[in-house]
Amino acid sequence: MKENILIIGGGIAGLEAAAQLFRLGYNPIIVEKEDHLGGHVAGWNRLFPDMSPAEDLVARLTEAAGEANIFLNTRIAFVNKLKDSYNIMLTNGISVITRILLFATGFSLFDASKKEEYGYGVYDKVMTNRDLENWFNTGQDERIPEEGPRAMGFVHCVGSRDEKAKNPQCSKVCCITAVKQAIEMKQKFPDAMVYCFYMDLRMFGKKYEDFYISAQRDYGVRFIRGRVSEVSENIEGNLVVKAEDTLSGKPIKVTLDLLVLMSGIVCNQEICKSAAQLSLPMDSDGFLKSRDNVADIIESPKEGIFYAGACTGPKTVPETLAEARSAALEIHNYIISSRK
Amino acid sequence: MIDFGFKISPSSAINMDNADLSLYEKVREIEPDISKCIACGSCSATCPAGRFSGMSVRKCILDLQRGKKNEVKKMLSCCMLCGKCTMVCPRGINTRHLILSICKLYKED
Amino acid sequence: MIYQGKQKIWADYQKEIPDDRWYYVRSCIRQNFFPGAEKMFMEICRNVLKKDFYESASHTTCGGIAYHCDTIPQETVMTIVARQFALMTEAGYENYVASCITSFGNYIEILETWNEFPELEAKIREMLWKACRREFNKPKYVAHASDLIYKYRNLIAERAKYRLINKNTGEPLKVVEHIGCHYSKMFPSKGVGGAEYPYVLCGMVEAWGGNVIDYPERRHCCGYGFRQYHIKANRGYSISNTHKKFESMEPYHPDMIITNCPGCPYFMDRWQYAIAEMEGKTYGENGYGIPVFTYEEVAGLVLGYDPWDLGLQLHQVAVEPLLDKMGIEYDPKRKYEGLNHKDLLKPELPGVLRCC
Repeated sequence: MKENILIIGGGIAGLEAAAQLFRLGYNPIIVEKEDHLGGHVAGWNRLFPDMSPAEDLVARLTEAAGEANIFLNTRIAFVNKLKDSYNIMLTNGISVITRILLFATGFSLFDASKKEEYGYGVYDKVMTNRDLENWFNTGQDERIPEEGPRAMGFVHCVGSRDEKAKNPQCSKVCCITAVKQAIEMKQKFPDAMVYCFYMDLRMFGKKYEDFYISAQRDYGVRFIRGRVSEVSENIEGNLVVKAEDTLSGKPIKVTLDLLVLMSGIVCNQEICKSAAQLSLPMDSDGFLKSRDNVADIIESPKEGIFYAGACTGPKTVPETLAEARSAALEIHNYIISSRK
Repeated sequence: MIDFGFKISPSSAINMDNADLSLYEKVREIEPDISKCIACGSCSATCPAGRFSGMSVRKCILDLQRGKKNEVKKMLSCCMLCGKCTMVCPRGINTRHLILSICKLYKED
Repeated sequence: MIYQGKQKIWADYQKEIPDDRWYYVRSCIRQNFFPGAEKMFMEICRNVLKKDFYESASHTTCGGIAYHCDTIPQETVMTIVARQFALMTEAGYENYVASCITSFGNYIEILETWNEFPELEAKIREMLWKACRREFNKPKYVAHASDLIYKYRNLIAERAKYRLINKNTGEPLKVVEHIGCHYSKMFPSKGVGGAEYPYVLCGMVEAWGGNVIDYPERRHCCGYGFRQYHIKANRGYSISNTHKKFESMEPYHPDMIITNCPGCPYFMDRWQYAIAEMEGKTYGENGYGIPVFTYEEVAGLVLGYDPWDLGLQLHQVAVEPLLDKMGIEYDPKRKYEGLNHKDLLKPELPGVLRCC
């Protein structure tokens, strides 16, 4: 009989790991709390750096993982530790006995309404990066008029690098996402003025800097180094945005008719419960703690429990996929060595 | 009208709603690389005129982007066109050429 | 503006405010600025609502102004505050309500500091004992007086003789609310509604029939800011801030301003005169200013007290246009009549700002 491997989370990490494990001859079982696969990526429109459709990636991964057992709308109800395995009860009534668990639980998007000064949910023309991607996909959002915004802004680091929001970590992907989205808006609405309010631009990945240069040179996106301090609404219902232009050392303000908050990546609160049932430790940044943050990022300190993707911290799509493959291989090695 | 011995001072904030960026846009047409500036400050740090006169290519570019034309004119008049700033720019901006182009536009003005 | 979004935030910042039995402390400056306000607070709490509010003639300043002007050390301020708490304890009360926003902020800051540094609290207890042989319990609840009027807002509405409604048009009055900085900016959880969208005054305005205006510079300082004003050379800075607020609220044509701080109503009221003299500009209708009130004065008006008994003749900006809008009866002849019915003489009228 094929060995069961329980994968918690049907996002891109879970799907990729399932496909690899299936190919290696195991029986991967994906438990996904939502009604669809692909996690956050499924709600995104196009992916940097090549602007490939997110939909295609999710479709490809889903197809490759097609022969795994997949339970949608399902969570872990409780976990019983047996002698050398786990008996895991799912909310759909099925129980799984497995020696191996793979956490591919991903992240939560920071709740932008917690930054009250930006007025998400209070001012009509404030949205998040996710809302904008959703608009790219559906074209449905009252905040964006048909003729496009006259002047719009992106606020970097919303709920990232923010001790007051209890998220001191950098979310890694928002800088490049903001630049990507700024370019996309300029492509759709060339006459719109587009501002990016940033603290630093962390353009670490392949071709990210090219995106930045193109946004500056080819699209005329206006980068302002200063964190937005306060947003308010004027009598026309437009947004008055205040920041410091730290390069000139003066306060700066601008009236915009659309503001996009780059909500950061925060740890998925829901997994804390499952993690606690398995006595898995959390790292100081609130994400799952790996055995070693350099050499063993995909291994938990517990025998038979592995991690892949953003459950251990903010990751890009290629990083997540690489970790998923690496976790599959590590699980394979673990099984082989335990048979000896 | 009474003189109270103090006045209402205008806000020192930069208001982008009414910043006049026409000159910056004209420069951009002939020198598109001006937008590539990342304000690293290498140009200003290496400028031999800078420490005596306040000349700074970084500040010139920033002032143009904020619609402050007069400050730019004053700074540019101190440039000696030695070209050191061009040598150090990590974004490959031909700053010497840029300076000449801006001066030309000022003359046309 | 998404009203439900604000309601969601308001729901996150509700603080417990006991209904009765409060020890009340007054402000250093409010009785000079707006002499009817504190009197009206006690009148409403004690006589209208029949609550137990106690005050003692022995209480002093909280030291807040000196503290914020950097002229006395923090230990001194703490000992002054400890003495206030001792007076409360001796009177047998556990709930402490301050009339002044800066006092309120000061008390909260000190209690929080003592929580973090118990050894400092022990030191202050010792200093108080050495200085005046007094001991104290920390209050169970600390409130600002506007929290209480907020709490009682519906009781006041039930007894209201007038509402914040333009009697000629039937429309709600457009009300600017302004919160003192020290109310919740230091400790957002200690203010009703938090710090970004405080609800304490909005709640009163809504309960009494008005419409709250949210304008771009709503969160901006009134322009007082202690040091900024107390040094004459800095007064330009003070008035520039006030000017910024009025420029920002102007397009909304507010009928009135309601405030909960000692300094804010004073500066927003008096600076309208100075701005008019400097710039020739006024912000109300027909050359008048926008009348500025404390929340106690507004409560008093709503309950039907005589405007001149509320001390509204001490405002710089004429309140009569608002009284007319609300349909409040008043006798113009009584405006400058003292409590002893003697003529207090009419003040000189300003050149630009229209006054009555």
